[in-house]
Amino acid sequence: MEAIQEHTGLVYPLNRTNVDTDQIIPKQFLKRIERSGFGQFLFYHWRFDDDGNQRADFGLNNPKYENATILLAGENFGCGSSREHAPWALLDYGFRVIIAPSFADIFYNNALKNGIIPIQMDQEQLDKWMEQAEHSTLTLTVDLENQTVKNTEQQAVHFDIPAYHKEKLLNGWDEIALTLQHEDKIEEYENV
Amino acid sequence: MVQPKTIIEKIWEKHVVHEEEGKPDLLYIDLHLVHEVTSPQAFEGLRMNNRKVRRPDLTYATMDHNVPTKNRDVIKDQVSQKQMETLKKNCEENGITLADMNNPNQGIVHVIGPELGLTQPGKTIVCGDSHTSTHGAFGALAFGIGTSEVEHVLATQSLWQDRPKTLNVHVEGGLGTGVTAKDLILAIIAKYGVRFGTGHVIEFTGEAIRNLSMEGRMTVCNMSIEAGARAGLISPDEKTVDYLKGKKHVPEGEAFTELAEQWRELATDEGAVYDKTLTIDADEVEPQVTWGTNPGMGVPVSGRTPGLDEVEDVEGVERALEYMGLEEKQPISSIGIDHVFIGSCTNSRLSDLKKAAAIVQGKQVNENVRAIVVPGSFSTKLQAEKEGLDTIFKQAGFEWREAGCSMCLAMNDDIVPPGGRCASTSNRNFEGRQGNGARTHLVSPEMAAAAAIEGQFVDVRQFAGVLN
Repeated sequence: MEAIQEHTGLVYPLNRTNVDTDQIIPKQFLKRIERSGFGQFLFYHWRFDDDGNQRADFGLNNPKYENATILLAGENFGCGSSREHAPWALLDYGFRVIIAPSFADIFYNNALKNGIIPIQMDQEQLDKWMEQAEHSTLTLTVDLENQTVKNTEQQAVHFDIPAYHKEKLLNGWDEIALTLQHEDKIEEYENV
Repeated sequence: MVQPKTIIEKIWEKHVVHEEEGKPDLLYIDLHLVHEVTSPQAFEGLRMNNRKVRRPDLTYATMDHNVPTKNRDVIKDQVSQKQMETLKKNCEENGITLADMNNPNQGIVHVIGPELGLTQPGKTIVCGDSHTSTHGAFGALAFGIGTSEVEHVLATQSLWQDRPKTLNVHVEGGLGTGVTAKDLILAIIAKYGVRFGTGHVIEFTGEAIRNLSMEGRMTVCNMSIEAGARAGLISPDEKTVDYLKGKKHVPEGEAFTELAEQWRELATDEGAVYDKTLTIDADEVEPQVTWGTNPGMGVPVSGRTPGLDEVEDVEGVERALEYMGLEEKQPISSIGIDHVFIGSCTNSRLSDLKKAAAIVQGKQVNENVRAIVVPGSFSTKLQAEKEGLDTIFKQAGFEWREAGCSMCLAMNDDIVPPGGRCASTSNRNFEGRQGNGARTHLVSPEMAAAAAIEGQFVDVRQFAGVLN
């Protein structure tokens, strides 16, 4: 996993609640046995019509969001299936940060394992950013060490993230290697 | 006096391998179920880092998501074929038991676990599939994980987990005739929404839960994830013990007696405290039908779609109605369907099939409807055939298929076409779930069977004469 300390990027506002992982990456793309190459299928049926043409009414197809790396979304982002293909697709497309009022538990974990920062933000603040990103453009800077999100006017908003997850993201640690440091305890458990 | 505990706390405490201030607990995993879709990248990760599967003996694999449900000799989809071959190779290399497509133990991973007795009270069970919560019906702590976590469990037989909050969903009273476990869980999610369980493990308690069969309990726990819960479970009782007795992976004789005693002790203690409690009256639950694009968008069959002037999330409801091709305030009874799917890890067990068969016996599937039955496992299929259920379904005009996930998520050829409308016994009505542009209405097996006959939604209690 690639370490991430600070990230500045253009915001794409996806003003929908309960965005499920079936929408993030539809099932027909889950048959591959690799971890890579899923970005092209992100939000596939929202981005493309049945003939594979871009849908003009879906925001992500708007050229102004072309290089977006920060995703804003509504409540319960990533609900449904446990498919890790969802964060793989987001990451491969270019998203490094997702900001939402709440996340589904499995998705939240899956994002963390892939070096995506899931930031929980209160609805009021989110609405302000959402509006700005929709009506003009918005660039935000996420400082993970200090747990802040700043806009270009340098107004910083604090966010919470469990210390354990923060440390892993900052260092890009391989969790399995960390766990294997406790292998003696696992063995001990097995032998009781 | 010893502090009374919930079953959730009891299981948790027995499985902590390592704990440290400010960190999640390292939890031991007793059973890891594996399928073809979420595991290839995990095995690849092990290979790249020169790691081994720590406990192949606690790992069990099957093929379910991709498998064809007819003509298994020829798999047309080369990509699916490769994914299944990859699982086979990974299992062989790592000494993991695999129930492949032609194995008598094959089936949907959440159907075969209990059937084989792999699922047992008190176990921690994980699988790279969100519906792993199903196994909670036996008083196991069972939850879905992503592929990185699958790799982690393969390598270490453990997982870092934050201690969950506990939520008691207490269901009083009794379900009426023709009202099922599926209607109960759909009604709960319709009432409290698709995220009331987030961060919690739900324990379902109360008279109505005690009175459910083990299969009904599996249906309820299966859909805990649709409420956002990390897991859902039910304290074991004599039904749990009776169900597991004699199952392939359950010990016999004295060992069983001892084990059963341990299982009984797992049940939540009188007076144990939960972080939150919700109370439901089962007597008020009617047969349910979802109208929208998440499992919380449901109403009783006697109801109608919501009005835009009645809801908070106007945009969300508007989009859902548009996708579903429905009007606001449209009666459920006016919705015609063209597909019926009886199957999935929610409702494909023998009792589900029996109840649906009782509805369709001697009747004919409506001429506008294509209806399929997909048993949850090879063994369920055999048993159903022994009891003549296949004949009943086929004579009524249903297709009778091989076991797999099938039209629940349409990864194989079982797809609802764009604009098609399906009465489905599965668990998710998300946009495109059963096929791009397909519209899904979640219902019980009985309601799906009645809809197949009528070509539209009807209150299954009209068929009450054949219900019992």
